[in-house]
Amino acid sequence: MPPPIVSIEHVCKSYRRGSQIVPVLEDITFDIPEGEFLALMGPSGSGKSTLLNLIAGIDAVDAGTIRIGGVDITQLAETDLAQWRALHVGFIFQFYNLIPVLTAFENVELPLLLTSLSKKERQEHVSLALEVVNLSDRMDHYPSQLSGGQQQRVAIARAVVTDPSILVADEPTGDLDRKSAEDILELMERLNRESGKTIILVTHDPRAAKRARSVLHLEKGVLNAHHQAAH
Amino acid sequence: MREKSRGNASDRNACRLPGFGVIPVSYSFRNLWTRRLTTVLTAGGMALVVFVFAAILMLAEGLKKTLVETGSWNNVLAIRKGAVTEVQSGIDRAQAALIETQPEVSSGPDGKRLLAKEVVVLISLLKRGTDKPANVVIRGIGEQSLALRPQVKLLEGRLPRPGSSEVIAGTSIAGRFQGGGIGETLRFGMRDWMIVGIFDAGKTGFNSEIWGDADQLMQAFRRTAYSSVIFALRDSAAFDLMKQRLENDPRLTVEMKRESEYYKEQSEMMAKFLTILGLSLTVIFSFGAIIGAMITMYAAVANRTGEIGTLRALGFRRSSILGAFLMESLLLGLVGGCIGLFLASFMQLVTISTMNWQTFSELAFSFALTPEITLLSIAFSLVMGFVGGFLPAVRASRMNIVEALRAG
Amino acid sequence: MHIIKLLIRNAFRHKLRTGLTILGITVAILAFGLLRTVIDAWYAGVEASSANRLVTRNAISLVFPLPLSYKEKIRQIEGVSQVSWGNWFGGIYIEEKNFFPNFAVDPRTYLEMYPEFRLPPDQMSAVLRDRKAAVAGRKLAEKYGWKIGDSVTLKGTIFPGNWEFVLKGIYTGRDKGTDETQFFFHWDYLNEGLRKAASGRSDTVGFYMIGIANPSLAAPISVAVDSTFRNSLAETLTETERAFNLSFVAMTDAIVMAIQAVSFVVIIIILAVTANTMAMTARERIGEYAVFKTLGFRTYHIAGLIFGESYVITMTGTALGILLTFPAAEAFGDAMSQYLPVFIVDRETILMDCAAGLLVGTLAAVIPTWRAVTIRIADGLRRIG
Repeated sequence: MPPPIVSIEHVCKSYRRGSQIVPVLEDITFDIPEGEFLALMGPSGSGKSTLLNLIAGIDAVDAGTIRIGGVDITQLAETDLAQWRALHVGFIFQFYNLIPVLTAFENVELPLLLTSLSKKERQEHVSLALEVVNLSDRMDHYPSQLSGGQQQRVAIARAVVTDPSILVADEPTGDLDRKSAEDILELMERLNRESGKTIILVTHDPRAAKRARSVLHLEKGVLNAHHQAAH
Repeated sequence: MREKSRGNASDRNACRLPGFGVIPVSYSFRNLWTRRLTTVLTAGGMALVVFVFAAILMLAEGLKKTLVETGSWNNVLAIRKGAVTEVQSGIDRAQAALIETQPEVSSGPDGKRLLAKEVVVLISLLKRGTDKPANVVIRGIGEQSLALRPQVKLLEGRLPRPGSSEVIAGTSIAGRFQGGGIGETLRFGMRDWMIVGIFDAGKTGFNSEIWGDADQLMQAFRRTAYSSVIFALRDSAAFDLMKQRLENDPRLTVEMKRESEYYKEQSEMMAKFLTILGLSLTVIFSFGAIIGAMITMYAAVANRTGEIGTLRALGFRRSSILGAFLMESLLLGLVGGCIGLFLASFMQLVTISTMNWQTFSELAFSFALTPEITLLSIAFSLVMGFVGGFLPAVRASRMNIVEALRAG
Repeated sequence: MHIIKLLIRNAFRHKLRTGLTILGITVAILAFGLLRTVIDAWYAGVEASSANRLVTRNAISLVFPLPLSYKEKIRQIEGVSQVSWGNWFGGIYIEEKNFFPNFAVDPRTYLEMYPEFRLPPDQMSAVLRDRKAAVAGRKLAEKYGWKIGDSVTLKGTIFPGNWEFVLKGIYTGRDKGTDETQFFFHWDYLNEGLRKAASGRSDTVGFYMIGIANPSLAAPISVAVDSTFRNSLAETLTETERAFNLSFVAMTDAIVMAIQAVSFVVIIIILAVTANTMAMTARERIGEYAVFKTLGFRTYHIAGLIFGESYVITMTGTALGILLTFPAAEAFGDAMSQYLPVFIVDRETILMDCAAGLLVGTLAAVIPTWRAVTIRIADGLRRIG
């Protein structure tokens, strides 16, 4: 058993809605081993997206610690966290979130601008990433000229171009037709299998969850242990 | 609209009754309130334009008021032919005496003729608190000068004794010029002149003058001729005939003007300058504000595409959508207009003093707010709102229902 | 890399909105530039004054004359190199609205003292030969279509009657800032007329111009002139030409201040318009900024995007405004030449235009940037779709 890459201990998170405080996550503790392909499932409002955001370092915990690759990201300052994200996390969104004024190539290149790579090196990385998602022929297209599935593949290329240790995906197939969704899931499976990327996938689609090696169920902010290690 | 739809009689249509009417103003108002920052910025821009618009109108009005109120319609001013102002003019004693004997000159209750031979010169005085000089009118007056200008009232002190080096100063002089206050002295013409009284002439040009005994001033300035002769008409209608007769009299080289006309002409150049400057500025500024309103309203339409689709699907007509967005834009203009006008109303407390290019003399006037200016400013702000909101509202009303719904 | 490209593409994502905003900025900068130029034009006379010239006038005010006999006394004062004299004539050409400054001067000494008024030598000698000769500035002659040899009649306002002159010279300005709308003629011609009319006003002058070789002695020479005539019937007031012109401008400084205030108001108006555009843009892109942040971009990257876009818009508008200022100033200057004879766009005005554009660009981006960087990423992402 490889050592855990993600280690979550006693994480609590609540939101303020008006004057009310709504608890979202209550005392969550679990580990994710390196090379895992984990599906986080649960009905809407169960806190699965919040948990994903916390792991990706784009939201802050109220209490508890999140260790990723040995670093407690809850202790990082805003700017360090940004740098950490740039190096270690690749994020895939439900609505792709490509920048509409940039071409596919430029969108994928975006995270590399934060590195010290030369223009030529960046070009190589981007070409490689687009090759992985099988979109090399579309690199000069703008997002509006691509189909949903193609846009999501660009987004995946953008997520992997910096070679991060973990990929997080929030309902990546939620806005896609069946065929495109299958393609995306297959691509993610391949990334996990062939490149050894740790993937955390939030979904409420059982078909998507099937592709994962393990499934965690969240209900009302609490992990439902019964469903752990579903396969 | 309501009547017509009732005529349609079908129950289904009757349920939609309000839909054929007007979308309530509160809808437009709440939308403005929701986008407060944008609303404040847009209305703020308009408020500034209306402020400038109103301030310029108020300034022109103030100038007009000052100069119109300075002169009286029933008074006639005689100056030398060709001289445009009293300062440039000269009328010798013989000619002045001839004018005095004319039958049109009215008499006062004491039987004396209501006529004054005056001398008008400029002296350079320093403003209080600065070393900036300004040219001030000093007017040598006759016995009847005050009777001819009932608007001039002694506020403090007393009138100068005839034959003495005593003068009285208008309120704008007393406060703003060195040596202009009561009890102070001015030195010119190798004499010291004591200020023995302060007079208030309301908003008229006389308020920026110093008055003293005509004969004393003529001696001091070594002048032999008067500057002007002013008298009241027995019958105001007799002016034209008298003017024709006297201007053609070979013994006289004078030009006759009604006093009010004379003062109006004095300010023509300044008034023209203010009008040209004011109009061009207002046009340029309103252009900016209209662009601001257009941007805001186009964004409002774009943000609410789905909402527009919903309203149309509910049965609101294109004209209702057009009306709602125009109403929003007009409200925006109205808010700006009211703020601008409110700010401009404070300008009434400000007095501008500047040199009149035509006379080279100091002239003080205030901003004056009139009901007409209030209405014009509000109308102007509504026009800006309308022009800025029209094209976006048309776009909103032309949206295809299905596409609009899909976008939302 | 394509950061500039990204800024430009972002700026023109909403072509209509950006176009309208740029148009607004262009007009505002144009108006601002013209207003600043109006103020400069107001002070043109002050700028054009020479440190080598003093003006002596009656201490009471300009409308009082000085005796001609002062000429010799002034000439004897140490440091005085040249004395000229003249009268403000205030004549009207046909109609009162055709205003231009006209003086009766002693042409030989006057032109010696005003080297910036350039007159060809043949015209110069023609002017000196003919007592009815007059000289007009180039712009003035062009405006009324006068040619050498034309006769020009002015109606006197201060000095009654119709006065006939023959145009014998047209001067051109040595510097860009030289007033080319003046008209002057022989003081002797005026004096003869006054002597004939026996009005008692002959042999008096309105002002003396004093040429001094050493400008640093202006103050003591002024004092020396004034003390020579102290306690006489006509006391004098002597000051440098610059101070004299400045005192005239100061009398109308309320108008200058109003124009100045208004020139800043136009900037505030356009600031409101631009800030509005940027606020809307940033509100629409909150989700995008959240994506940038998720990818690891920092606060200053986001701020750079918003500020950069704001600068692209404002500086485009500013550049267009500046380009338009030159032809506009020419047209405006022609139309207003009667009021403002010298109307030149100063380099400083262009710098102020740029500063105003930068200021608007900066201030307009502040609130949107603050909103974009303070919003939590998770909240920003939620706004997508």
